Amino acid sequence: MTTPFNPADLLAILPELVLLGATCAILLIDLFLKPGQRDITHWLSIAALAMTAYFVWRGAPDLRQATTAFNGMFLHDGISVVLKQFVLLMSGLGLLYGRNYMRERKLLIGEFYLLILFATLGMMLLVSAGSLISAYLGLELLALSSYALVALNRDSAISAEAAIKYFVLGALASGLLLYGMSMVYGATGTLELARISASIGQVEHPGWLAFGLVFIVAGIAFKLGAAPFHMWLPDVYQGAPTSVTVFIGSAPKLAAFGLAYRLLEGGLGGLSGHWTLMLAILSVFSLAIGNLFAIAQSNLKRMLAYSTISHVGFLLLGFVGAMPAGYSAAMFYAISYSLTAAVAFGMIALLARTGFECEEIEDFKGLNQRSPWYAGIMAIAMFSLAGVPPLFGFFAKLLVLKAAIDAGFLWLAIVAIVFAIIGIYYYLRVVKVMYFDTAGDATELPLPADLPMRWVISLNGLALIVLGFAWGPLFDWCNRAFGI
Amino acid sequence: MTFELVCFYFFGAVAAAAALAVISVKNPVVAALSLVLTFFSMACVWLLAQAEFLAVALVLVYVGAVMVLFLFVVMMLDVDFAPVREGFVRFLPVGVVVAGVMLTEMLMMIGVRTLQTTPTDDPALLAGMSNMEWLGHTLFRDFLLPFEVAALILTVGLIAAIPLTLRHRSGIKTQNPGRQVMVRREDRIRLVKMPAEKNREAAP
Repeated sequence: MTTPFNPADLLAILPELVLLGATCAILLIDLFLKPGQRDITHWLSIAALAMTAYFVWRGAPDLRQATTAFNGMFLHDGISVVLKQFVLLMSGLGLLYGRNYMRERKLLIGEFYLLILFATLGMMLLVSAGSLISAYLGLELLALSSYALVALNRDSAISAEAAIKYFVLGALASGLLLYGMSMVYGATGTLELARISASIGQVEHPGWLAFGLVFIVAGIAFKLGAAPFHMWLPDVYQGAPTSVTVFIGSAPKLAAFGLAYRLLEGGLGGLSGHWTLMLAILSVFSLAIGNLFAIAQSNLKRMLAYSTISHVGFLLLGFVGAMPAGYSAAMFYAISYSLTAAVAFGMIALLARTGFECEEIEDFKGLNQRSPWYAGIMAIAMFSLAGVPPLFGFFAKLLVLKAAIDAGFLWLAIVAIVFAIIGIYYYLRVVKVMYFDTAGDATELPLPADLPMRWVISLNGLALIVLGFAWGPLFDWCNRAFGI
Repeated sequence: MTFELVCFYFFGAVAAAAALAVISVKNPVVAALSLVLTFFSMACVWLLAQAEFLAVALVLVYVGAVMVLFLFVVMMLDVDFAPVREGFVRFLPVGVVVAGVMLTEMLMMIGVRTLQTTPTDDPALLAGMSNMEWLGHTLFRDFLLPFEVAALILTVGLIAAIPLTLRHRSGIKTQNPGRQVMVRREDRIRLVKMPAEKNREAAP
């Protein structure tokens, strides 16, 4: 078990080391910059993410062959590579979409970038976790940075409330997860996921394992935002500065998928008979609560938060079969959701300006008359979230439904389809408000001068159409990661 | 049931009861004292499991430093000083109970340690190392990556605390040590040459 330090291990975590080194450098450089020179931090952070993505790509292992490093603490396989690439992409989008919003509210401080970079590092470690302890520490690195990001706007009472709720419930979720992990450790005597998986058959007290499993599932459901553990999500999404919502609404979903996959399949795969049913129930609750409550919302950020809950329900459909094909579909779904949610939240950040948050659905009234291009992009995002063909979101939904039906959960697939149809209503309401209502003021829409943001959000919106037609290569990549 | 097992159940029961008291009592000082008792009982459990270094570290760091600081903060929150002095008498019974339970636990610990034998499959002993050496080896070899990530989490805590608490106020007076050091005598003192006595005005 105990091997001395192997320098080759450093090669496996080279992308993480690069990102950490760059983050520390940015931390020091930012200290010497004046508030007006924050653009340097901005572009350096994006360069750091790009460089890390390059190293992830360079270090991608032969997809079928997983390697471990640091005594099994760190896994280096195809799944971690795919997830890391998209985590880095989503974090980069979060930075691009957030700059203008933060600058107008005088919140553009170096810590905004540092916390996002540290959260990204946490997500990368999380999706590569090879043991219970490294999964937990990666999760905490992500969570602590997120709590602080939500609280960044100190003068807003609603932000403070959101941050406190997020912190208290997040700590509770971590406690649940940790308690479950301690039970699993007590039953199997090891922290390493591969060894837990191997020893599940010959455990002395299977009751402890089942007990631990319940707590682990609850902890994961908290982190994913699955109902009935979803209470924090709407308040946090609404209370956080929109630029932070862009970030916490997209990339961490990929990391949460990674957490669920590593713990449930990687560690407790032998108990899949127990947890598939739990996840199926969570999925039904999420679909129902997410879609029904979203209808009643007048705040767009809150509505999108409930929509997140329903999408988590869809994502869990991929897990109920406990088969690689299902996980692959769920990963594809997570990627599709985070790419689409980034557009939707990014658009709120784009249209907001000083003294105007643009987060009520009413604020989008007549957007088509004022700016047809951005109304179009927002409509694409809404259609993709609703799952209208031929957009990206449609195929993601199709694949997880197929996975659920293949697993023998036909009733679950029917429930999902029914709620997806109910869900179309509130997405289309946003489109209706944009196209068929008359604007309060018909003047030209004042758009921010941040050209990179406007270009990237347009490209991101168009990518939803392109990927809707050409989703094959991406799905292929997901499949290869799972060895199918 | 051996005496060792009795001790274990006693320590465990005290820890659980004290932990329950932490979250259920109304008075923050009593809660803090109960937390001290919880930590102390857990340290006893660890001693029983022959993890001496961890137990001592728990007592020194948490009970000795963190909790005492915590108690100070809780007691000082009310800056009015008269209630603080009253506090000594008011919280004396709770303090005595906590101290009494701790004393019992210590005596039990001393008793049980004389009966305990070291297990033969202790990896530290097999490797010919002390408890602490073995801990260091595990921490820096098997758990190197989690250890470093934990350090990162502390760094994030440090960075996050700054934007959440630091406020730049305008109009506050600050010191500039550089200029303070560079000050010369001429900047501060003006020596004025004056005649020792005034010329008396001519008397009218």
